[in-house]
Amino acid sequence: MTAMRFDSFVPNLSPVGKMGLVILALLAAASGSVAVLRRIQPEKDYSELSARVWSWRLMAGIFLTVLALGHKTALVFFAFLSFWAFKEYLTLLKTRPADHRALVLCFLILPAQYYLIAIGWYGMFIIFIPVYVFLCLPIVLALSRETRGFVASASQIQWGLMAFVFGLSHLGFLLVFPPSEGSSVDGRSMLIFLVFVVEMSDVLQYFWGKTIGRRPVLPAISPNKTWEGLIGGVTCATLLSLSIRFLTPFSAIETAGVSLLITLAGFFGGAVMSAVKRDFGVKDFGSLIPGHGGVIDRLDSLCYATPVFFHYVRYFHY
Amino acid sequence: MTRSTSALRPAEGASAVLLSRPAISARMRPRDLLQILFFALLVRPLMAIFIGCRAQGREWLPRNGPFVLLANHSSHLDTVSLLSLFPLWRLREIQPVAAADYFERNRLVAWFSHTFFNILPIARCRITPENNPIQRMLAQLRAGKSLIIYPEGTRGSGEEIGPFRPGIAHLLEQAPRLPVIPVYLVNHGRCLPKGEWFPVPFFCEIRIGPPQVFSGGNRREILERLRSAILSLRNADN
Repeated sequence: MTAMRFDSFVPNLSPVGKMGLVILALLAAASGSVAVLRRIQPEKDYSELSARVWSWRLMAGIFLTVLALGHKTALVFFAFLSFWAFKEYLTLLKTRPADHRALVLCFLILPAQYYLIAIGWYGMFIIFIPVYVFLCLPIVLALSRETRGFVASASQIQWGLMAFVFGLSHLGFLLVFPPSEGSSVDGRSMLIFLVFVVEMSDVLQYFWGKTIGRRPVLPAISPNKTWEGLIGGVTCATLLSLSIRFLTPFSAIETAGVSLLITLAGFFGGAVMSAVKRDFGVKDFGSLIPGHGGVIDRLDSLCYATPVFFHYVRYFHY
Repeated sequence: MTRSTSALRPAEGASAVLLSRPAISARMRPRDLLQILFFALLVRPLMAIFIGCRAQGREWLPRNGPFVLLANHSSHLDTVSLLSLFPLWRLREIQPVAAADYFERNRLVAWFSHTFFNILPIARCRITPENNPIQRMLAQLRAGKSLIIYPEGTRGSGEEIGPFRPGIAHLLEQAPRLPVIPVYLVNHGRCLPKGEWFPVPFFCEIRIGPPQVFSGGNRREILERLRSAILSLRNADN
């Protein structure tokens, strides 16, 4: 296996290797731009921007390393991301003392969901949280005998599990997909495509929003999401996705269509998580990633884009 | 961070009543080693990765004892969390003051509490001159140990801070100028409330405030000031 990968690496880089180079070049360009900005406008404070770029380097490095280390390592890593995101959500939630046992159960459900991916049991993976956990959690809550706030607790906990455990775990199942029909690209390549396009769309939406953004799309939820940012970001990310079509089994038109779909899903994911933050009265979900906030602040768009992309690929290419 | 004018810099926090700074015996006992292993292999990794506990205001922790850490109490995690603030080799200098009727209720619990937490057991009822809690605490302070004291006297719900028991004021009467470091523990009671045995890993926070040093003052004033120091940490949400 390693020998095969090495062979393909030397004469002609593998798709994943090529992607590594693309990301390296982009990060170098980003650092260069920050340095240029500092030179042109030394009076301005670029510490937040520079922290963001630094965090991107770390995140890209960790992400690619983990994918290179194999499926098991990557699954453990995705499980840990889910765990951290779910923790961030729960900490901000107003939980009742009576929820304790149900919440302990959630932290057993999380590894179980990723275990189902590791053994490749798709049928159970796809219904475990939406059906069985959905039925069982309220039973555990009912056993606590506290009825006040019962519906709120049951729904809030289930929503968190759906978004941060079920939704994000699709990243893991996409990873273990074999090469699709009539092509040589596997789940890992498509996973990199998905994450790259959605995250680039986030960055480009931020960029266009900061530079020419005027009219907010959802003023009540987030003043930072503007029409200019949305259109500029989605268009640029879609164009960019065409250049990394080699990671997918898609035709050119299909690539553009899928990118449009996932960047829009990502936009709404960001909007939904902003609404959640508004409700909790916080600016960020956490402070793990300097310049970005918490894990959810970085994964918000993927929470929505991943299941959409996953089911598109599974329906049309397997 | 609120800086009260009465606060001393941590380095100046020596206690006048303890004639000279006592040296803690250099010999490591097997118990100390077991505690270090327990914290290094189990407690510290779990607090960092599973619970995700962060501390604010570490600069207020004195480099040398004796001192008292005074914190709100809502969970067994409180002591675990406070002891994790210190480097492993200082663990044996810190003694959580614990109710003997609870932490020595049977031999297993007593062994566990003494071995891994180095508790100072005190009587909550039937006080005699021999088991007087204040005298026991003073003896440990004189030996150079520092104490963790929960002035509420028991674990609360985690939402409100209960009334303070007067013990800490009695102790300060006997040991004026002993620095008291106020600490507010956030979310510990949500993680592991009273009566539960498995924690839910909410993110936790330890907020440490500037040391409070008293010279004189009556007990009620001392208690009020200590309480408001902890309350101001609770309100210092950022």
